[in-house]
Amino acid sequence: MNIELIGIDKSFGSVHANDNIHLTIPSGTIQGILGENGAGKSTLMKVLSGFIQADRARIILDSKEVVIHSTTDANRLGIGMLHQDPLDFPPMRAIDNFLVGRGNVPLTIQKFWERVFPNRSDAIREFNLLQNQMDFSLDPNSYIDSLTIGERQQLEILRLLWVGAKVIILDEPTTGISSIQKTKLFAALKKLVEQGKTVIFVSHKLDDVQQLCNKIAVLRKGQLVGEATPPYKTDQLIKMMFGKLVTLNTREITETCPPVLELQGVSIEDYHLRITNVNLQVFGGEVIGLAGMEGSGQAAFLRACGGLIRPVAGKMYMDKQDMTGKNFQAFRKKGVSYLPASRLEEGLVTGLTLTEHFLLAEEKSEMFINWVDAEKLTRQRIEQFDIKGTPSTKVEALSGGNQQRTLLALLKSPLVIVLLEHPTRGLDVESTIHIWGLLKERCRQKTAIIFISSDLEEILQYSDRILVFFSGQVSLPLDATSTSVDQLGQLIGGIGWGEKQ
Amino acid sequence: MTKSLLRWINLGFIGGAILLALLFTILVLIITGAPPLAAFRHILLGSIGSFSDVLVAVVPLMIVTTGLLATFITGLWNIGIEGQITMGAIFTTAILRFFLNTHVSPFIVLVLAILAGMIGGGLWSSLVGLLKTYGGVNEIFGGLGMNFVATTITLWLIFGPWKRPGVASMAGTEPFPDWMSLPTIRNLRLSIWTLVIALISLFIIYIILNGTHFGLKLKAVGKNMRAAFLLGIPTVRLILLSFIICGALGGLAGALQVTAVYHRLIPSISSGYGYMGLMVAMLINLRAVWIIPIALFFAALNIGSIQLPIMLQLDSSLAGVLQGALVLFVLMMDGLRQRLMRRS
Repeated sequence: MNIELIGIDKSFGSVHANDNIHLTIPSGTIQGILGENGAGKSTLMKVLSGFIQADRARIILDSKEVVIHSTTDANRLGIGMLHQDPLDFPPMRAIDNFLVGRGNVPLTIQKFWERVFPNRSDAIREFNLLQNQMDFSLDPNSYIDSLTIGERQQLEILRLLWVGAKVIILDEPTTGISSIQKTKLFAALKKLVEQGKTVIFVSHKLDDVQQLCNKIAVLRKGQLVGEATPPYKTDQLIKMMFGKLVTLNTREITETCPPVLELQGVSIEDYHLRITNVNLQVFGGEVIGLAGMEGSGQAAFLRACGGLIRPVAGKMYMDKQDMTGKNFQAFRKKGVSYLPASRLEEGLVTGLTLTEHFLLAEEKSEMFINWVDAEKLTRQRIEQFDIKGTPSTKVEALSGGNQQRTLLALLKSPLVIVLLEHPTRGLDVESTIHIWGLLKERCRQKTAIIFISSDLEEILQYSDRILVFFSGQVSLPLDATSTSVDQLGQLIGGIGWGEKQ
Repeated sequence: MTKSLLRWINLGFIGGAILLALLFTILVLIITGAPPLAAFRHILLGSIGSFSDVLVAVVPLMIVTTGLLATFITGLWNIGIEGQITMGAIFTTAILRFFLNTHVSPFIVLVLAILAGMIGGGLWSSLVGLLKTYGGVNEIFGGLGMNFVATTITLWLIFGPWKRPGVASMAGTEPFPDWMSLPTIRNLRLSIWTLVIALISLFIIYIILNGTHFGLKLKAVGKNMRAAFLLGIPTVRLILLSFIICGALGGLAGALQVTAVYHRLIPSISSGYGYMGLMVAMLINLRAVWIIPIALFFAALNIGSIQLPIMLQLDSSLAGVLQGALVLFVLMMDGLRQRLMRRS
């Protein structure tokens, strides 16, 4: 099926997620969509698959203009999407998952009976026929819980084909699967395009995209910045993905102290990743940036540093004390704070005012609240941290930047380590500078900062050392002064790991 | 939009909800072929005529609802409150039985019995809390299960170890002697002490929720457990504590039912006050002061509707229809209001 996307435009509040994107995907191609996190890849695909409605969009399928209001519409038009985390029913058998999707097929009299009483043996026959074509070997009677992510993807592909998908969109499909399964998946996708189907492959993995796709479109900050056809030039793709090199400000040099946190051979297991044998010494007053595409293991690593995830192997020391396997509250007592990426979901308590937040963070031991003092303290903090709000403002009424300032204002003093997930995501330049000013002030008080960011410039500008994550692999600490955006971009895209590690 | 305008809109929606609940009840009455106005008049007259009985009913309802506020603010649905009332009554009965043939001062016996009731309720609710925090059992299911266990234990006690001399009966255990009861006003069933205890519980809960660090922490856990945890609040301990507070108050209600109302353990000692308290708590939505009028209204409906079978040959469960309809319509209108507000 030929797909023509004309002028796709979508904003979420002040974020322009898709800015007038034009893209043509001919039938029988594997189209790669490349871009860093937040570039607008997912938004574009969700518009096409009916998950969200664009503000403005024209979609032409096989020279016929269509309107896609919902996923049901998209399915009927033959567009199916394979999500990053498979949308299936873990407690059910593979064959039942296969059958469930049938509901979207238009209802006819003869289909009615079949829908009320699904014919399992027929379905199994068709299932096996399809999977033979694709060279998959799934047991239709196995339970989803017992399948790997890769097998669940295969099941989902079969299901989409069965309900008549002519366009299959895959969102970061190679994130949690083994290399054998990846080879299998790529072979299957190539077979699909041979049959005249269209495959859209969304990824940030340069290698995968270059290896598989007939055509690549690169998105950055909501815009389509360029398209490429084979032979691909990696450097050129990286430049398109991350923008041009920037001159970096001079870094403040902080003198080093003894390590405040030491990891010895730490291994962490996440839902679909395994990080093995990390050795790291964190020094007071330094900033460590964790770079990598989302889901490469940096979030799990950061959580492990604060005792929110228990490492499966290795030792952790703080202040010469064994902290291995201790919980978050124990780490907190040692002076570790953790600021999550989702400020309203995990960081702040919606429905409570600024005063109430400062009261909670104070950890007062007395019984009754002195509201007058509390308000005075809040006013003081509001001024000190330049928060635009009043003591009685509820946190959900604050802007993102002011929420982040509030989170920083809530931190205890003194602190040994602050762990931050995307400290400036979604913030404007002014807020970003302000937030980092506050964090640097902490560093001068010998607090170590470990932060995750998908903004490479931020990582390079503010870190002293950088750890790069790729599919659970962790690089040795890189000195930020001698690393360039290009080098970082390559490592993040999975290039250059062989020789370095 | 100004604050006063918002308040009027809120009041309008609540008024609409009450109107709808009334209309719904009238519809039910018309369908059953009963005269709606006469029914409402009998309920009203009945509740005014036996106002002291309304107060007798309002005491357990108020105490239970104050307890439920402690779990509501923490975001918990303590359906197990019925069992906690029952357990309180059982513990109180046990203590009273223990002192039956002694000559300890009645004051000490009653204080001990009531405290035991609170401990019983607290223990029972802490089991629900432990099941939730360590066992991963949702408090609604855990509480419901524990309610059945509590009822079964009551029946076993009444028909087994604590049965009346002679033959056991659904009427309960042998009534306690007069000195084991809280003093009542002359020949009424109402004990002023129970009213005082109910008001004190309300006052304490009000202070905890609005003026203490503990209450604020409970609120934070209820609104966003994850954020509260990251802020360093011991969420598990607070959840357990809020269950224990609620259970202790439930147990207190049970203890007062034994010492001031029934003077014995009966099979349905909780009399559904737990579920009714849940309805009141949903209606007042954490505004503790509103417990008094709403609980009074619910109790008046219950007592007033006792007239219905006598005067109109109607079942007295009509009060329940009106109460339930009221809760549903208020919640529905609130949802509607929020939806409209979001849109505009």
